[in-house]
Amino acid sequence: MDMLRNVFKNNIRQYGMIVALVFITILFQILTDGILLKPLNVTNLILQNSYILVLAIGMVLVIITGHIDLSVGSVAAFIGALAGIMMVNMNMPFYLAIIVSLVLGALVGAWQGFWVAYVKIPSFIVTLAGMLLFRGLTMIVLDGKSIAPFPKAFQKISSGFLPDFTVGSLNFLTIIIGIVLSLVYIGIEVYNRRLQKRYGFEPTSGKGFIVKMVVIVAVINLFMYVLASYKGIPNILIILFALVVIYSFVMNRSIMGRHIYALGGNEKAASLSGVKTKKVTFWVFVNMGVMAALSGLIFAARLNAATPKAGTNFELDAIAASFIGGASASGGIGTVIGAIIGGLVMGVMNNGMSLIGLGIDWQQGIKGLVLLAAVGFDIYNKNKSS
Amino acid sequence: MSQYILEMRGITKTFPGVKALEDVNLKVKEGEIHALCGENGAGKSTLMKVLSGVYAHGSYTGDILFKDKVCEFRNIKESEELGIVIIHQELALIPYLSIAENIFLGNERSRGGIINWHETTLRTRELLQRVGLYESPNTLIKDIGVGKQQLAEIAKALAKRVKLLILDEPTAALNEDDSANLLTLMLELKKQGISCIIISHKLNEIERVADSITILRDGKTIETLDKKRDGVDEDRIIKGMVGRDLTQRFPERESNIGETILDVQNWNVYHPQRESQKVIDNVSFHIRKGEVVGIAGLMGAGRTELAMSLFGGAYGKKISGTVFKNGKEIKFKSVSDAINKGLAYVTEDRKHYGLVLIDDIKRNISLTSLPKLSKRGVVNQNREVIIAEDFRKKMNIKSSGIHQKTGNLSGGNQQKVVLSKWILSEPDILILDEPTRGIDVGAKYEIYTIINQLAAEGKGVLVISSELPEILGMCDRIYVMNEGRITGEVDREEATQEKLMKLMTKSRG
Repeated sequence: MDMLRNVFKNNIRQYGMIVALVFITILFQILTDGILLKPLNVTNLILQNSYILVLAIGMVLVIITGHIDLSVGSVAAFIGALAGIMMVNMNMPFYLAIIVSLVLGALVGAWQGFWVAYVKIPSFIVTLAGMLLFRGLTMIVLDGKSIAPFPKAFQKISSGFLPDFTVGSLNFLTIIIGIVLSLVYIGIEVYNRRLQKRYGFEPTSGKGFIVKMVVIVAVINLFMYVLASYKGIPNILIILFALVVIYSFVMNRSIMGRHIYALGGNEKAASLSGVKTKKVTFWVFVNMGVMAALSGLIFAARLNAATPKAGTNFELDAIAASFIGGASASGGIGTVIGAIIGGLVMGVMNNGMSLIGLGIDWQQGIKGLVLLAAVGFDIYNKNKSS
Repeated sequence: MSQYILEMRGITKTFPGVKALEDVNLKVKEGEIHALCGENGAGKSTLMKVLSGVYAHGSYTGDILFKDKVCEFRNIKESEELGIVIIHQELALIPYLSIAENIFLGNERSRGGIINWHETTLRTRELLQRVGLYESPNTLIKDIGVGKQQLAEIAKALAKRVKLLILDEPTAALNEDDSANLLTLMLELKKQGISCIIISHKLNEIERVADSITILRDGKTIETLDKKRDGVDEDRIIKGMVGRDLTQRFPERESNIGETILDVQNWNVYHPQRESQKVIDNVSFHIRKGEVVGIAGLMGAGRTELAMSLFGGAYGKKISGTVFKNGKEIKFKSVSDAINKGLAYVTEDRKHYGLVLIDDIKRNISLTSLPKLSKRGVVNQNREVIIAEDFRKKMNIKSSGIHQKTGNLSGGNQQKVVLSKWILSEPDILILDEPTRGIDVGAKYEIYTIINQLAAEGKGVLVISSELPEILGMCDRIYVMNEGRITGEVDREEATQEKLMKLMTKSRG
């Protein structure tokens, strides 16, 4: 029981955020007379927030290492512009353009990572410079104009859905995927439990185990049912899902992930324990560059245009998502799933407030207060525990 | 009026779990230079912090009388108003401000909040002349050397109309000439009627300038010597400093010493920022299998710098020298390379350099050994839990479980986590830097037992310690360092505290 309380105490920030997300969702569900969770709107929510969520995944890694990246919005715009030039002006095949764009994103990340990790310039300054530099470059390569339209196949990234086998008004494939996912989830949980038993651990109580599984399976299938009643699973959701699974795995289970956490928690101790701190920092920034590029591509595909103004303030949304999701400004603490939840909190608030007709002025102010409250709660908790 | 400018009577100061000062008495005569001597941790700095008000009245017991008046300082400002000024080992000057600005910082010559630069400059000139510092008042502090900075600090104290000047290790960072200058200045100030307390490990200096000497040991006053009456010399002071009973016990160990496992020849290291300053000067030493070798020395002798520069160049620049492991020449290119080649370094500062305090016991123990616990870059978390649990039991780490954050553990248990981490990395040679600093006696014994076990397994162990009894009780062979050099090598049988202390304070030339 003590152990359970401990686990809860350590994760209160994370659970707290899930509770907050549920609370905000219910609140706006009531305020909007049920529009918020209508299948059309849920699909919209995913499409609207996808590029911020992609950025948040990269950003939370940067924040865990104790750094910050202010340039991601400009980088997203810059890569989007280059993708437009490649696809529209040069008629490059879209898959090749995507690969080149991601590589360019990695190069941008390597450029910033070099200054931060090896020259030891504070990341705030390096990426502030990057924010100006890449915004400027965007306007130069676009000559101040927008490029459009993108090839149909490319637009599908952001606006396409998995092909459907409709039965009645429901998208059948979506339902099947939901069931398969549930089975895979149950399989993994049971396997882990067996493994733990083999290593001779006391497994958590059987009752709690089953309750947890039932809840999660129910959530998965309900969500899929909602999607199925509209157009099915958006392509972008698959990309997001894959990213969350891969990055959560890397951060929790791989040596690289452990090194990132240790570096953020105490750089000197990590370095004296054999962590190659400079190399790790460098690669975290390279990764951020790739994620910014991906975000830029998704945004360009959604807008069906590469514009000089794309990506404005994306960095702030991504940073806010990470902090609301429990990342610590001093580094070492944060999770990928937390950043996603933080991004969704912001997304649901944006969407909900727009639906009830609140002006953009009020929306900005309220979001600011939510960010402050979330981080304030974090600091309060930390002071209490120490 | 009595002959004493300062009397501290029956000062007792406790920190949680430790009695730092116990019934300490200190009497300083008007116009004398009074030296305060004692080993590291004897309580000298604590006593001076009580005097200057860093530890406010009420946090200690006992009386402070300054010029026969009882004083109850609540902060430094109050003690400075009466003319008690302390100059710390780490100078409190702002590098990017001028000498004049530094001297009058917090004490500005001003009217209505506007600084009178004219008066500031004039007064600074006067003060600089008094301390013999011939620089323009507008020179930035960062552009003058450490010796001159020290003089600027004293000028700053004079600007506050100092009556009692306290100098904490004033010559620790100075070269011979600057040190000699400073001592002459102290004698000069004495003539002007300023009383002075000096804390120093350099006993030859104390012998030269001090009129009387108070010796502290383990937080207690041992004796006060009068130079004229008692005819003090270095040996007499050393005897007072170390003449204690061995209260700590050390576990028995049968030495079973084998071949040389690590041999370091002509090791030289320069300061990472001031690249002309040699921190380690031509040091050679060796460790054999199953041997516990000690490095004794005072703070700043270069012991930690030696260990860290060896550990994959984690400290210093322009490192040169050769290293042999098991007779073969070897290079530690980086920290991870050193770890892979069987070296481990347990830091003296476990909170800043040893542990990730926000992470739990398990993750801290596994940090250096993750590749061993992994397959294709993926950590086997179940094995990790088992290993951490194993260490928790074996090392007797008192905690609620392996998921407890290391930041919430006591010093002794934190040290056991750090040791677990390095033992798991399966090194051949361990360097332990102050392994029992800030640890209570019971946990010390446990850590000594672990050290003995490691030696019995045939590993080479190097122990760096400021506590002489620990060095004497644990080591087969002892090197002594001072000012970046090895000043002596002593076998266990011949080692005494007096002998080591003499080598520890032996200066160049």
